[in-house]
Amino acid sequence: MSCQLDVFFLEAILNGLLFAGLLALLALGLNLIFGVIDVVWICYAELVMIGMYAVFEIHKKLGVPLVLTFVLAILLVAAAGVLLHWLVIRPVLDTPPINQLLVTGGVLFFLQAAATMAFGVEFQNLGVRMGSFPVGDMYFSMSRIVTFGVALVAMIALWQFLKRTYIGTAIRAISQDRQIMPLMGVDSRKAYLVTSAIGGGLAGLAACLMVLQYDIYPQIGLQFGPLVFMICVLGGLGNMVGGFVAAFIIAQFITIGGACFATEWGYAVAFLFFIIVMFIRPQGLFGDRT
Amino acid sequence: MTRRINPFYVAGLVALVALPFVVKAVFPDAQRYYLHLAIQILLWAFVYTGWSLMGRFGLVSLGHAAFTGVGAYVTVLLWNFAGLSPLLGIPVAVLLAVVLSQVVGYPCFHQRIRGHYFALLTLALTEFVRLCIVGLRDYTGGSLGTQPKRYDGGLSLYAVQFEPDRTLAYFIALVIWVIGLIIWVRVDRSMNRYALDAASQDEEAAASVGINVTVAKLKVTAISAAMCAFGGAIYGQYQMYIGPDTVAGLTLSLNIVFAVIAGGIWVMLGPTLGAVLTQVLAETLRVGIQSSATLKAWFGSSALALDSLVYGVLLILFIIYMPKGILGTILEWWNRKPRR
Repeated sequence: MSCQLDVFFLEAILNGLLFAGLLALLALGLNLIFGVIDVVWICYAELVMIGMYAVFEIHKKLGVPLVLTFVLAILLVAAAGVLLHWLVIRPVLDTPPINQLLVTGGVLFFLQAAATMAFGVEFQNLGVRMGSFPVGDMYFSMSRIVTFGVALVAMIALWQFLKRTYIGTAIRAISQDRQIMPLMGVDSRKAYLVTSAIGGGLAGLAACLMVLQYDIYPQIGLQFGPLVFMICVLGGLGNMVGGFVAAFIIAQFITIGGACFATEWGYAVAFLFFIIVMFIRPQGLFGDRT
Repeated sequence: MTRRINPFYVAGLVALVALPFVVKAVFPDAQRYYLHLAIQILLWAFVYTGWSLMGRFGLVSLGHAAFTGVGAYVTVLLWNFAGLSPLLGIPVAVLLAVVLSQVVGYPCFHQRIRGHYFALLTLALTEFVRLCIVGLRDYTGGSLGTQPKRYDGGLSLYAVQFEPDRTLAYFIALVIWVIGLIIWVRVDRSMNRYALDAASQDEEAAASVGINVTVAKLKVTAISAAMCAFGGAIYGQYQMYIGPDTVAGLTLSLNIVFAVIAGGIWVMLGPTLGAVLTQVLAETLRVGIQSSATLKAWFGSSALALDSLVYGVLLILFIIYMPKGILGTILEWWNRKPRR
């Protein structure tokens, strides 16, 4: 717990950088959903939690190899995303936007309670150790480095998908004008479903990476959820590059605050910073004012 | 000006005053438990009513758990560490919560932050207050929570402690709840209400006819925050325990929103009905699980999550099929009926 400019401080900064990769990945899916469907999935972190349990159950209980487990978990959470959109979001798409946020609040309660009942409140750990990577006197956990790399790849892949495929172009068009695109022959219902599947898939991907680093418990969503919303809003809801930059800023607040004081203070300062920035730039750091 | 008083309200109030005596006569063994349930319903109904003052105008705040948290914690900390009687401590806590609400509210309303952004920004406020509570663990007990120091056997006006005497606690809660409803009616009949109704439909249009939207919103935010802080403080004094998850945090914020929406956000007794519904639901499920061997065998102690599961499903169904809430829908149906 020192705040001197020594090797530990440098380690904290670099670890913050790696932590930012995970946060950026979490924010990516939520940003896509918001940008395209104009809905905030307040239960997004709970989808990640479901994904983590899926990995744990499939790998530990059924003995499926880890890589195959990851693929299955991503598909499962993607399906959950589609189901969420179909059953819960679609009936309220034409009502005031706040209803859509609150209805997913109901899903948050539901998923948390369902996970508690199915898996218990105990902390579970997958028990996969990837070791650490030494640089001089500093050590970096391998799983964090992998997470960082995957987050970068996922962002580039998503960008390419939106840029190069027909449905990707349609999705971008819908995010720019929701009313006109159906007249241009784009099936917005299909685009929404694809978007929900990708958003869910990204949550599943994040889940696969998080089980390597964190214990699994039903309330883990509450630990990450508010943080991810804050990053999305800070970067400008729907702005994926902004979300990436915001993730780096917030991660630095948390890790440096955590290294200097205590973890909660790192988080508290990050939330305070967010509230203040919102007053100065309510559209987020990189958002356009509409 | 004389106003005709609805006979239903008078009858209802008489029934509520008589309730503890009826409970004593009918359930002499379990009266403490039933009164405890009633007290919790009344205190939460007060908090929910406070939230609905903002919620009904489209100001859906997820930040009210911050105000209940400030109310409860400041009161208890002043009592435990400065020896300041809650008689002064509660006003100080309420004032602090109001100041906090204005400090956050002014830039919010001035910058026209609304919808998703408002909900997520207020969510950040809730998290900030919760993290401060956990972070100040030397004073607040961190995530384990803390207790106000007992004074004079736990029954004292000076320390505002009344937990052992359930009948007294019930009447305190009843008076607070009635005051909450009076505040609701006053706001409902004020000019501010029309201003805010207009602003919630179209803010720019409302501003263009001379409504100071920011001031109107700030006023209702102050009242709403004060009610939540007061409710949180009294709840802490009654429970004689406060924890970051019972009086603060995102789950509490969502609980408030759920109860109000289920009961009916636009009608006076909607939040109260929401409190009755959520408390009775949670208690029935809890008792039902504890007495059912099958459920216990299946899920063990995690069966206690069943109430959240039902909450979640109900919240989804209410928003999709009954956005006016139970009481709102009933009243609408009642008023539509041709009157003789």
